[in-house]
Amino acid sequence: MHEMLADEALATDASLTRLSHAGPGDRGVIVDVRADHANEHGVDVHELERRLLEFGFVEGASFEIIHQGLIGADPIAVRLDDMRVALRRRDAEDVWVRLESK
Amino acid sequence: MSEAAIRPARVALVGNPNTGKTALFNALTGSRQKVANYAGVTVERKEGFITTPGGRSLSVLDLPGTYSLRARSPDEAVTRDAVLGRLEGEAEPDVVVAVADATNLRLVLRLILELKAVGRPMVLALNMYDIAQRQGLRIDLEGLQRELGCPIVTTVATRKRGIAELTAKVDELIASGALSTENVWHEPSAAEIRGAHREAQRILKAHVRPPERPDTFTARVDAVLLHPVSGLLILGALMFLVFQAVFTWAGPPADAIEAGVGWLGVQVGTLLPDGLVKSLIVDGLFAGVGQVLVFLPQILVLFFFIILLEDFGYMARAAFLMDRIMGVAGLHGRAFIPLFSSFACAIPGIMAARVIDQKRDRMTTILVAPLMTCSARIPVYTLIIGAFIPDRTVGPGFNLQGLVMFGLFASGVISALIVSFVIRKLFWRGAVEPFLMELPTYKVPSFESVVRNLLQRAQIFLNRAGRIILPLMIAVWALSAFPGPPPGATQPAIDYSFAGMIGHAIQPLFAPIGFNWQMVVALIPGFAAREVAVAALGTVYAVGDAENNAAALGTQLANAWSLATGLSFLAWYIFAPQCAATLGVMKRETNSWGWTAVMFGYMVTLAYLASFLVYHGAVALGWG
Repeated sequence: MHEMLADEALATDASLTRLSHAGPGDRGVIVDVRADHANEHGVDVHELERRLLEFGFVEGASFEIIHQGLIGADPIAVRLDDMRVALRRRDAEDVWVRLESK
Repeated sequence: MSEAAIRPARVALVGNPNTGKTALFNALTGSRQKVANYAGVTVERKEGFITTPGGRSLSVLDLPGTYSLRARSPDEAVTRDAVLGRLEGEAEPDVVVAVADATNLRLVLRLILELKAVGRPMVLALNMYDIAQRQGLRIDLEGLQRELGCPIVTTVATRKRGIAELTAKVDELIASGALSTENVWHEPSAAEIRGAHREAQRILKAHVRPPERPDTFTARVDAVLLHPVSGLLILGALMFLVFQAVFTWAGPPADAIEAGVGWLGVQVGTLLPDGLVKSLIVDGLFAGVGQVLVFLPQILVLFFFIILLEDFGYMARAAFLMDRIMGVAGLHGRAFIPLFSSFACAIPGIMAARVIDQKRDRMTTILVAPLMTCSARIPVYTLIIGAFIPDRTVGPGFNLQGLVMFGLFASGVISALIVSFVIRKLFWRGAVEPFLMELPTYKVPSFESVVRNLLQRAQIFLNRAGRIILPLMIAVWALSAFPGPPPGATQPAIDYSFAGMIGHAIQPLFAPIGFNWQMVVALIPGFAAREVAVAALGTVYAVGDAENNAAALGTQLANAWSLATGLSFLAWYIFAPQCAATLGVMKRETNSWGWTAVMFGYMVTLAYLASFLVYHGAVALGWG
């Protein structure tokens, strides 16, 4: 399913954004987890993708940003379906989400 | 004799972290537990034993929590290898008990699907079932059982409910001779993980009805505890309380242990004729045992709070709040607690680093933990500051002695941050591991489990670290006691010993940092523990009972040393690895003499450089 989301679609749809760009109170659905970011993660991007998936960052999961850190608004605490996960914004860049209008 | 009587059947507990797996393990096995390490790795191996009502003995392994068999940390690798029967010295489990938090089934279902692929007979324990019922969560047990193809038992580990049923089910499975099916597990690809999620989602939808009264307690508590401002303030206040408790609660028992063991040594000593045997027993053995035991109160108090906060679910929040701040130095949020503990003593600090699952982050944390100003440095700092720094007010509310003390603490913290930054650049080449961490639901800690855990900490320290620390202490004693002084000796006995000889021999090395030979000699017994340096200086300067007579020793030092030398000695103590116990624990926790040598090496180097700069700076200022 995630292959079908072309880059242009991601870029033009205003409600689509990276999870790393979301702020506290933002909620919505994860639409795509893809390992394409060039950031240095200490592990290869495919490993990061699998770790994200294992923690429940998977297409179709609903989320809400519940908190963020004081410095640089980092890391973020995310409610993910029935659980809560903390992660750094740099590791959240590969998660594309559709925000619900508030 | 039946086979069951020959060897116990092996049961492995597997589950996500925070599912009450350890509580279930405790409820199952009670006090029949054995804590050790897996061969070659510093992962804790917890095994317990049960005899079933049918008379079968079971050996139960509590495996580290994991989200997947695709292991990412040494702990998780143990879980994977134990389940797959690949672990050196461990046979494969006869039955796997998958432990799930009944209120949070999504991720564990994926793990269960992986476990099914491994093909061992399996029982699913739906733990915390009371909370699920209270929330009005409906689980169609029959359907789920059919779907997963394994029996399900509901449990409430903290109240020991469902434990007998779980044991019976495991017993039944073994008795029925359930065989393993072929192991078809392989490391799942991203596509396969997605597939498993879809499958888990389908199973959930078919058999689990969402809670009518979902938990709002965690969200309400998090609104305060995770808040960027109030969260940090509360964390600060909590840490302040813990620190106060360490000093007020651990101080008196530590003093009592020291006095008690010392008294016992003296009593035993009166039964022995004077001579080396007496010295070995009183000054070597008893003093060494005292030096090991004296750490126990601090370890117990610190770990009491750490375990309590961990069981409540707070530690993940503390890591969240501190992650970015620690990140400046390339450290992980989880490094905060071990480093904070190190202000009391590096030993519980290094032991607490086990909570960090990434090996690199854990190693960095352990390496810098001894730079935090531990309580054993305080007597040394107090002595030298009292002797050399004038008790003068500098500006409103600031005392020069207090400022120097603060400066010493700050130097420790700042250098720890710099060193961890350098370690990251040097050894790990800047790689930053992803930081993903579950924030568990808050739970009321169980008193029994806190106490059990605490006793295990104490056992681990005494049993394993003690075995390294005690011989080191005796070695330090032997260096200071042999050979004895010649008849008619005029100098203190230590002067004629190996410590004295070594001190004299290596003094030229220390001359550039302004140390005289008395100081160098005192450093050798002072290697037993930092505060021993005070007594050792008392010995070389022939001031009796220096610990209780610091003022006399201080005056003596002020006459014998220049200000530059005094400051240089302070700088030495910020960095120098003057603590055999820390090195012993480092070896135990890293299972590596190599890393222990790296720590020793970098600390000595820093100490020498700092003392050199301080000494020559001070001389240039005319304080020589």
